[in-house]
Parts: sequence; structure tokens; C-alpha cells
Amino acid sequence: MNLSGAPILSLVTFLPLAGALFIAFLPREAVQNIRYTALWTTLITFVISLPIWINFDPATAGFQFVEEQDWLGPTKYKMGIDGISMLFVILTTFLMPLCILASWEAIEDRVKEYMIAFLVLETLMVGVFCALDLVLFYLFFEGGLIPMFLIIGVWGGPRRVYASFKFFLYTFLGSVLMLLAMMAMYWHAGTTDIPTLMQTKFPADMQFWLWLAFFASFAVKMPMWPVHTWLPDAHVEAPTAGSVILAGIMLKMGGYGFLRFSLPMFPDASADLAPLVFALSVVAIVATSLIALVQEDMKKLIAYSSVAHMGFVTMGIFTFTQQGIDGAIFQMLSHGIISSALFLCVGVVYDRMHTREIAAYGGIVDRMPVYAVIFMVFTMGNVGLPGTSGFVGEFLTLLSSFKVNTWVAFMATSGVILSAAYALYLYRRVVFGALEKPSLKALADVSPREIAILAPLVILTILFGFYPAPILDVTAVSVKALVGSLEAASQAATAAQ
Amino acid sequence: MPETVSYMAALPEMVLAAGAIGLLMIGAFGGEEAGRKESSGWIAILILIATGVVVVSQTGTELAFNDAFVADGFARFVKLLVLGGSAAAILLSFDDFRQSKTSRYEIPVLILLATVGMMMMVSANDLLALYLGLELQSLALYVLAAVRRDDVRSSEAGMKYFVLGALSSGMLLYGASLLYGFAGTTSFAGLATAASAPGAATNLGLIAGLVFLLVGLAFKISAVPFHMWTPDVYEGAPTPITAFFAAAPKLAALALFSRVLFDGFGGLVVQWQKIVIFLSIASMLLGAFAAIGQTNIKRLMAYSSIGHVGFALVGVAAGSEAGIEGLLIYLAIYLVTTLGSFAVILAMRREDGPVEDIYELAGLAETNLPMAFILAMLFFSLAGVPPLAGFFAKFYVFAAAVKAELYGLAIIGVLSSVVSAFYYLRVVKVMFFDESKPRFSPAAPYVRFVMIAAGLFVVFYAVYPSPLIDAATAAAKSLQL
Repeated sequence: MNLSGAPILSLVTFLPLAGALFIAFLPREAVQNIRYTALWTTLITFVISLPIWINFDPATAGFQFVEEQDWLGPTKYKMGIDGISMLFVILTTFLMPLCILASWEAIEDRVKEYMIAFLVLETLMVGVFCALDLVLFYLFFEGGLIPMFLIIGVWGGPRRVYASFKFFLYTFLGSVLMLLAMMAMYWHAGTTDIPTLMQTKFPADMQFWLWLAFFASFAVKMPMWPVHTWLPDAHVEAPTAGSVILAGIMLKMGGYGFLRFSLPMFPDASADLAPLVFALSVVAIVATSLIALVQEDMKKLIAYSSVAHMGFVTMGIFTFTQQGIDGAIFQMLSHGIISSALFLCVGVVYDRMHTREIAAYGGIVDRMPVYAVIFMVFTMGNVGLPGTSGFVGEFLTLLSSFKVNTWVAFMATSGVILSAAYALYLYRRVVFGALEKPSLKALADVSPREIAILAPLVILTILFGFYPAPILDVTAVSVKALVGSLEAASQAATAAQ
Repeated sequence: MPETVSYMAALPEMVLAAGAIGLLMIGAFGGEEAGRKESSGWIAILILIATGVVVVSQTGTELAFNDAFVADGFARFVKLLVLGGSAAAILLSFDDFRQSKTSRYEIPVLILLATVGMMMMVSANDLLALYLGLELQSLALYVLAAVRRDDVRSSEAGMKYFVLGALSSGMLLYGASLLYGFAGTTSFAGLATAASAPGAATNLGLIAGLVFLLVGLAFKISAVPFHMWTPDVYEGAPTPITAFFAAAPKLAALALFSRVLFDGFGGLVVQWQKIVIFLSIASMLLGAFAAIGQTNIKRLMAYSSIGHVGFALVGVAAGSEAGIEGLLIYLAIYLVTTLGSFAVILAMRREDGPVEDIYELAGLAETNLPMAFILAMLFFSLAGVPPLAGFFAKFYVFAAAVKAELYGLAIIGVLSSVVSAFYYLRVVKVMFFDESKPRFSPAAPYVRFVMIAAGLFVVFYAVYPSPLIDAATAAAKSLQL
């Protein structure tokens, strides 16, 4: 299939928005109709996004499927993807139908608004990964706050107001500093075109401040210790699908941002400040793993484990090696699948019991054997067991960091052990043990709808664990180009001294 | 060569003034038919539109009245905004005044006269013209604030506004007289020569005159620390009049403010920049923090407007063409958003009358989703969240500040925009997250029209942003530094 000339990225980006507009004109009472419209919109978007992967040329490091339109003076409407961003687009379109399905019965109140919010969110998230212009990127990046704020606040748990405000204000605070940095870059380079800016050499002292400003935004989004505290609150209070989107995609925007902006545009500052990132990553891996160990709420535990896993990502990115960055991207994609799946698993029992408290469960393997198996796969993935996709990313990032800084790798490896501890401890308390609580006696195993949601995730977790090549092949050339430009920059910096 | 005297530059003002007086005559001698109160509003809107057409038909830069009056691209841009704001305010006032039985024939006339004053301010090229325009505007506004004369709050608002306004006018006049004494002229061109003469920066009389002038103007734009009247006047004045206050006069005063500084005191940019930066930071911070405690939505809007003046001043503080461009974009987008917000506030009305507490909006998303959605979008836009229009407004003023290397100002600015996001979010929270209260009465058609138009504008602005940006770029070229 030849797609040359077709604005496929814009199509994938804005199709969900069209679906949202369509739903806006449906009557509020037509709940079933609204659900099916949302489901079909997301499914069609996913199907349309697949040709991107099929037609993607993994041998090219540059941007592909580029579209450009006049928009705002020097700022163009420019979309395009490379090996780093392509799979995130697919991940987003892939997770969306699952989210809609997961909300099928869980959301009964204000279904229309809910589906509109999700579809708008999909447009904004896909846009983040496709945008090739600073202003356009910022528009998508920040625009996602509005629907997510409403999703957490309207359909969330008891402390939803606190969580939604914290989410919004934290993220907003980080991003406005990035916005100022973008303006400074514009006045320096005279353009907001991302590919051009990647070639622009910013003065070293300017790089330092720009890097910090971008870091403020991405570190919050990622989230890195110590600005991670919004995440457990947001995760716990958000409805299941909201948590899936947060963990699966929105956290990846931080890592993507480092790869798209911080590294290629500010290579000298990245090299200088890598020790800071390493330190924060190691603290994140060890400290949040320990915190996860003592959580009593399932979602909160998974939220803290997300922070720890993102620590591996930042560590891998800042090794500036092919292995490390490949591993980081792989880890992000794998975490996008596994943590989404874990939140969906929590959602399955939450829909039945309406509590996420670990102590309220125990021995549910008796009543839900299929669920126990599925949950086991994802728990193993979360631990990073070989044979699951979680292993590949952790292994590659650890391997590369060992070469760069042994102590960092040593400390981070302890995080692997800790992750086994909290994940298995959670699994034991929820699934094994004697089925004593009377409320659990009537539990029904996973329904066909839930299997339809979880089965693709199980397959991908195991598939990418044994056969990671489809992902690594796509990212390899773009990452190689990135690493090459970083090396060139560091040689230039050494030569200048 | 005989000097050709041309008054064509002031044609829009003449049309508007003649229209206002004509309308007053019809009111005074036209008899007592029932429907005429509303028809006066419609006639006023027609006059405003006609004036707008005249404004659009002008081109280039024209001077009149011994160069005391200038019609250039900058003036035309702001005049069109002011005319639009006034027309929308009249549109908003129909229903409210009918319901509260305070419909008066004079209200549209006063709005027209205030608008003439604003247009003169925007075109002022001389301290005397500045003062004439400002006073014409202010006197009309004092009366408008107190128009509901049986209501204590409205009378109080008018009184406060008048006393403090007179004080500020006094300061302004004092500054103008100092400037005349030390520069020997009242024209901006003459002041510019005096301000860029060697030793101007140490000329105490000139500097003191400038400071007094700025204080008087800062009062009119309600920049901190000269903002105290704003919350009381906003709260006390009838809501459609508050909408008018928030929209048009601020724009005109800010335009005047920047013209005086750019055209008149370009040589003293280092001196006034410090003052403007202070006013800007103080307004942004006070606007952000003081609004958090407000529960009356009109007071909230008052503090919000103080904050927004601070943001707009960031553009002025940049002291560059890019800054003026940012200011103009900011004013245009702020005007639409504010009018839309006040349209929603006017729609907050139940059978037993209007309500102003923000907790009366509780659960609006359940009872009236379109209205809740529009107000949420308007407030997100005021907070500067992309992809809404308000983001572009903030973007251009802060970009100008970054270009001028005013990093401290820019950082404090964006941080205060995060703080101000909190109280906008709180209103959204009340509407979307809280248990619903009884539904509001259906909004009047014109109110709904303004609301929907503003909502569509802020949501879809990002689709086609360039016309406004291009117009502002062209208009900003008229001011020279």
C-alpha cells in the first residue's frame, strides 16, 4: 500500500475529534449509541494508524509522513514521525479502544461527556507525538490537561477534587516554564520548526537554562522523584480508563520529550546534567519501590511502581548510548502495555467489589482462576521476568548504565529485586490465601468483554518478551542518528576546550 | 504654503458624537411610547456599526487639530475593539434592564458618549486631547455605574468611582502641567523631543511629571496599587454595565497608556520600563492571589481583570514593537472572553432574580451543559490553557518579554498564571464536580448569542489564528519608540 501524499497523521490525529463532535450531537439518553460511536471511532482510528507502521521505513532516520501547512506566521502546522515517535502513536491508538471497552459498564453517569472527553484526549495525545513544531507540540501537550482534569474530577473517586487540582496545577506549573524556553529558542533560532531546531547549535549557557526549563515540564510529566507526588493521587482517584491513559500514554510524553527536545537540542547541557538525572532516577527506583511495598491501595501501589519504572527510562535515556535509549523506548512501550493492563486488572475487581483496598481481598483464585492467570502474567511483566516485555527494557537500560556508571547500575538493580518484592507481595495478598471474606464468595470470573480487553495485552506482553525485534528494528536507526549527533556534540565540546 | 485644515481624521468620532446627540434628542422629544427604550439600544448599535464602517474606511496615518489627534493603524485596531465591546455591552443590557425595570433611555446614550471619549483617548496625540477624551469617558462611566439609583450598592459604586476617579484625574492633570512646565509643550511629538534630549533622564521635573501621568493612567486601567476601586465598582454596578467596564474602557486606557509611553516618552524608556514592570508584576500577583478568596463572581472577575491588566502590561513593559503586537492580540482576545464570561454571569438568573455567588453555579453541567461548557472554556482560556484563544494572548506578550530579555518578569508572569489557574479551575470544579442546584431560567436570546459567539471564538481560534495576528502586527507598526 502506498500512502505517499495522504495526510495520514492528521487523519489519525483528528478522527477522534470528529467522533467527539458527532457524539456531541447525539441525545444524552442514547447511551448505548454513544458508547458504540466512541468504540467504533477508536477502532477505526487504530485500523487507520496501522498503515503507518506498515509503510514506515525503518532504514530512514529522518521524519516520515511529513505534512506541512501555513498556520501562524513562522509557526507552521507540521506533522511527522520518526522511529522514536511512531510506536507511541500506535500505542495510543491501540490503548484507546480498550479504554472505551473498560468504561462500558463502569461509567453510567454522564456517558456522553465522558466519551467526548476521551476522544478529545486521544486527538491531543496523538498530536503530541506527531507534532513537528514547538507551538503545535505545546498546544497538544498542554491541551490534554483539560479533558484529563475533567475525567478525574467528574468520574473519579472520593478525593477526586484534590487529585484533579493537583494534577492540573503541577503539570501546568512545569509546562509554563517550558513555554518560556520555547520562546527563547524561537527568538534565538527564528523558527519553531523542530527538525531545524535539532540542527541548531544553542550557546552552552543558554542550553543550560533551556534544558532546566524543559526538564521542569518533563520531570513532572514523567514523573521523576521528587515531583511525582501528583501521580499516586491522580491514579487512585481517576476512573480505571483514566488511570490507563495516564500510565500508558501521558507518562510517556515526558520520556518522549527528553528524546525529542532535551537530548538533540541541548546536547551539552544534557551531558553536563546527566549526573543529576542519574541521581534522581536511582532515588526514584529505590525509594518509590520501597514506598510501593507498604501501600494498602492497589492502584497506589501500581502508581508508585510506575514512578520506579520511569526511573529506568530516564536512566537509560541519559546514558546517551544506543542500547540505553533503545531500552528506554522499549521500557516505555512495555510499561504502556503492562501498567495499563495492571490498572485494568484492578478495574476488573473494583467493578465487582467497589474497593481497591488490598486487605479487602484474598484467595480470589478460587473464584476467578482465569483472572488469576492474567494478573500473574502482568505481575511478572511488572517484575521484569525474562520472557515478558518488561524484561527487555530493564535489561537494556541496566546494561548500558553499567558501562557508563557502575554504581548507578548497581543501585538500580536493587530496584529490580524490590519490584519483585512489592509485585509478588501484592499478588499473594490479593489472589492467594484462604478465601475468608464472605463478600468475595460471590465473585464471578472475567467476562468475555474483559477478556477481549485483556487478551491483546497478554499476547503483546509475552510476544515482545520473546521477540522484541519489531520494536527495536523501528527505533534503531533514529536512535543511532540521535546517539551519533550526541557524540558529535560532545567531541565538538571537547575540542572547544 | 497655506496649511490645509482637514478634520477627516476625526470623522468616526464626529459620526459617533452626532449619533449620540441625535439619539438623546429623540429621547428628549420623541414622546413616551413603550418600546422606545429598547429601540434606543438598537439605534445605538447601528450608530456604533456605522462608526465602525467609517473607521475601517480610513487608511494610513492622518493628523488633525494641530496634530493633537492622530488616526493611525494602532488607533483603528483598538477603536474597532472598543466599538465591538460597546455594541456587545448594549446587546447584553437589554434583558437585564427590562427585568430589573431600570431601563432608561439614557443608558445607550451614555455608552455612546463614553465610547466617543474612548476613541478620542486612543487617538490622542497631545496631553490636552488625552485629558479631554479621558474625562468624557470617565464622566459617562460614573453615571453609568450609579444608573440603578434606588440600589445602595450601585449608588455606592458610582460614588466611589467618581471620588477616586476625580482624584486620579487630578494627579494626571498635575503631571501634565509639570510636563508642560518642563518640556514647554503638550504635544506627544514635542514631549518625545524633550524626553530624548541629552540630560532628560536626570530632569527631575520631567520624570516627576511622567510618574504623575502614569499614576493617573494606572488608576484608569486599574493596575495595582491603584486598583482598589475595581472590585467594589464591578460588584456594585449593574452587571451589563460591569461587562462594559471590563471590556471597552480598559482597552482604550491601555492603548492610551502605551501611546503616551511610546510616542511621548520613547527617550525615557529605561525610566518608565521599571515603573511598568512593577505595575505589571504587582497586578499579576495581586490579581492571582486576591481572587482566590472571592465567592462573588463579579468580584472574582474584577480581580481577574486586574491580573489580566498585569499580563497586558507585560507587553508594554517589553518596550518593543513585538510587545505592542502582543498587547493588541491580548486585548482583542481578552475582550471577547470577558464579554462571553459576563454573558454567562447575566444568564445566572432564577425566577426570583439574578444570583452572583459562584456556588450558585454548582452542578451546572447537569442542568445546563452547554452553558457550563462555554463558561469552562472561557475560564480555561482566561487561565491561558492551550489550545484555547487565551493561550495565544499570553503567548505573544510573554514572547515579547522574553525577546526583550525580561526573564524575571516573564517567569513571575507565567507562575502567577498558574496561581490564577487555581481560581478559574475552582469555578469549573463547582460547575462540573458538585451536586447540582436548581436550574437557571432560560437565558435571553441576545445574552445567549454573545455567550455562544464568545465560546466558539475561544475554542476554534486555534484553527485559523493568523488574521488577528496579522492585523495586530500591522497595527503595532504605527507606534514608534
